[in-house]
Amino acid sequence: MSFTPGPEAEELRAVVRGFLEKRCGEVEIRRWMETEDGHDPAVWRQAAGELGLQGLAVDERWGGSGASTVELGVVFEELGRALYGGPFFGTVALAATVLTELDDQAAQERHLPGIAAGDTTASVVWGGSDPLTSTLRADRDGAGWRLTGRAEPMVDAGLAGLLLAVAATPDGPGVFAVDCTGPVEGLTRTALNPLDLTRKLAAVDLAGVSATAVGVPGEITPALTRALDIAVLALSCEQVGGAARVLEMAVEYANTRVQFGRKIGSFQAIKHKCADMLVAVESARSCAYHGIWAAAHDPAELPIAAGLAGAVCSESYARCALDNIQLHGGIGFTWEHPAHLDLKRARSSRRLLGTPGRHRARLADLLDIPEVSA
Amino acid sequence: MSTDLATVTDLVEKFLAEHPPASTDDQVLRGARFDAGLAYPHFDQGFGGLGVDPTLSPVVERLFLDAGCSDWSSRNVIGLGMAAQTVHTHGTPAQKTKYLRPLFTGEEIWCQLFSEPGAGSDLAALATRAVPDGDEYVLNGQKIWTSLGHMARRGLLVARTDPDQPKHRGLSYFLLDMTTPGVEVRGLRQITGQAEFNEVYLTDARVPAADLLGAVGDGWRVAMTTLMNERVAIGRRGGGRGDGPIGAAVRAYRKAVAEGRADAADRDRLLQLWTRVEAARLTNTRAAARAGQGAPGPEGSIAKLQFAELNKAVFEFAVDLAGDEAMLIDDYTFSRPGASSASHAAQDVRKAYLRSLANSIEGGTSEIMRNILGERVLGLPGEPRIDRDRPWKDVPRS
Repeated sequence: MSFTPGPEAEELRAVVRGFLEKRCGEVEIRRWMETEDGHDPAVWRQAAGELGLQGLAVDERWGGSGASTVELGVVFEELGRALYGGPFFGTVALAATVLTELDDQAAQERHLPGIAAGDTTASVVWGGSDPLTSTLRADRDGAGWRLTGRAEPMVDAGLAGLLLAVAATPDGPGVFAVDCTGPVEGLTRTALNPLDLTRKLAAVDLAGVSATAVGVPGEITPALTRALDIAVLALSCEQVGGAARVLEMAVEYANTRVQFGRKIGSFQAIKHKCADMLVAVESARSCAYHGIWAAAHDPAELPIAAGLAGAVCSESYARCALDNIQLHGGIGFTWEHPAHLDLKRARSSRRLLGTPGRHRARLADLLDIPEVSA
Repeated sequence: MSTDLATVTDLVEKFLAEHPPASTDDQVLRGARFDAGLAYPHFDQGFGGLGVDPTLSPVVERLFLDAGCSDWSSRNVIGLGMAAQTVHTHGTPAQKTKYLRPLFTGEEIWCQLFSEPGAGSDLAALATRAVPDGDEYVLNGQKIWTSLGHMARRGLLVARTDPDQPKHRGLSYFLLDMTTPGVEVRGLRQITGQAEFNEVYLTDARVPAADLLGAVGDGWRVAMTTLMNERVAIGRRGGGRGDGPIGAAVRAYRKAVAEGRADAADRDRLLQLWTRVEAARLTNTRAAARAGQGAPGPEGSIAKLQFAELNKAVFEFAVDLAGDEAMLIDDYTFSRPGASSASHAAQDVRKAYLRSLANSIEGGTSEIMRNILGERVLGLPGEPRIDRDRPWKDVPRS
């Protein structure tokens, strides 16, 4: 059995990497960091129109390509490598995945074609640290629902045209769609100052916002859990891409910088750090690839595979990003050097969908490893 | 590929039907298995193989083990893990015919005569001399860390044939009959109290020139085949998820919880280890699939490095969970194990912990593994070397 992405996925990777190198280099990333929406809408439309990236894993009925999580994962790896700043994570990893997994045909028909075409940006929001226990509340209002509560910090939620809110109902958690293309009564969105300037975060206040249920509230937990596992794997792939890029950066510098009359990479203190980074990158890559393979081919394995990737990939990226700064010395501490961009992305994405510690605790539960009673 | 898998699986099933493990003598079965090409399916036909893809070999071994056949991987660890591949790669047809079959059946246990008191990490600095005399070579020197030396009929020996050459170029590789006069094996007691390793003294021992493996002076290249396979053999042990030492650690944790000795931090520490072990296992699976044809590459060093560091950490955790028992040991009685315990949990977890401390030393230290990863995988520059181009005899030694 091989869970490594196959030749087709690798072809896709080459196309995506070429596109990102051309349209999304460090100069562009830095320019977008200073803007409100964090990206260039022309690049976004090109990604959708020419490459079909937003609709890659969307069903063909809704204008997508119906590709598997393996191809999707490879795309996220490349986006992570490039530190792409657009609302791709919220729109594709979160919103499109939730819509696909919840399998509510009416909601899919309404929202997925716009996402696949690059016309709609979207995200998923929840209150508290875990979507499955979201502190947002949904109350019935005739045929619809009204949402109350505060969600922060939420990725890509500030300017999204569609918000999918996970909220508690008396029957259990539900997912509720809020169309934000025009003004929405009771909805206040506040842009936050993100540690990672390449990823926009917002606080979302809901004061009786009118919303439509996606799927049946109280019955969506298994589908939402699957969707979140897939989102964790997309994030893990991003982290693999970032970690691998950071290692390349470190090795390139160690092969160039001369001190004491030698390239610093010839010193074991530096060389061994790079070797440990390599092990971290390969460990993360194995877990992420195994995860996206399992999501496509062995769904029963998905929860453990996602928990493993969630536990390993964040740690690997954060460690590599940190070591990369140390290895660069003073230059790595400057604003002009890209090392801090990866460190900030790594530190921030470590919390985005659960800390490594929370993923480990979930894994322990899945593996039936008992807790210590207090 | 899948056709090959189906064909090989079919062959194994037919073979097992004709040689039921329950009623067939182990040695007879293994001999027949060798003759059927099911010993090392990726080896050439006539030498225990069928010439199929190397990834099929572990699959075939698994099928035989699952059918109840005996596991020789520890009892003949050097033979099966390293000697067979090295002889198959570099041997003449006569050498392959002579050595591969009895190696596989277990009639002949192998050991490795590489390290010396003065040549550990710097293996190429070794000083054991092989001086030609007619159609023989005369061996003098001392080898150390020889696993199973006391059980072995044959040894993989690297010796210096030309001290006037720089260190890597003056070496030759021999297949040594351990019953040769002048070969003396002495047990070397280790920190567990046991003597799994040996010192081997060579005093005017004579080895026929016909037992040279590869050309005179080509010993380093042949030794690389052995070492690459060693790292793969060490690193790739263990089967499925949660098997091996980490499985023992999970059981130790459950016991500690039941007996009220664990605390909340232990669970997270266990999961930190579990996730690292599982990531390493998946990396090995990926490397094995990628290796496909041919010799193992430097990625074997990732497996070796992770195996060593994780084994140590897992056993340390298991000992920490043992409570006051961690202050005791079953016994330190001198014994000479008949199988390698490099990756096996000893019955006693404290002894397994002590044994694991060698994991990051044997088969290439973790520091050497990191050098290999840094230089050969990442392309970083080597250390400045003062000995590389000087005649070996002029290089200072401790």
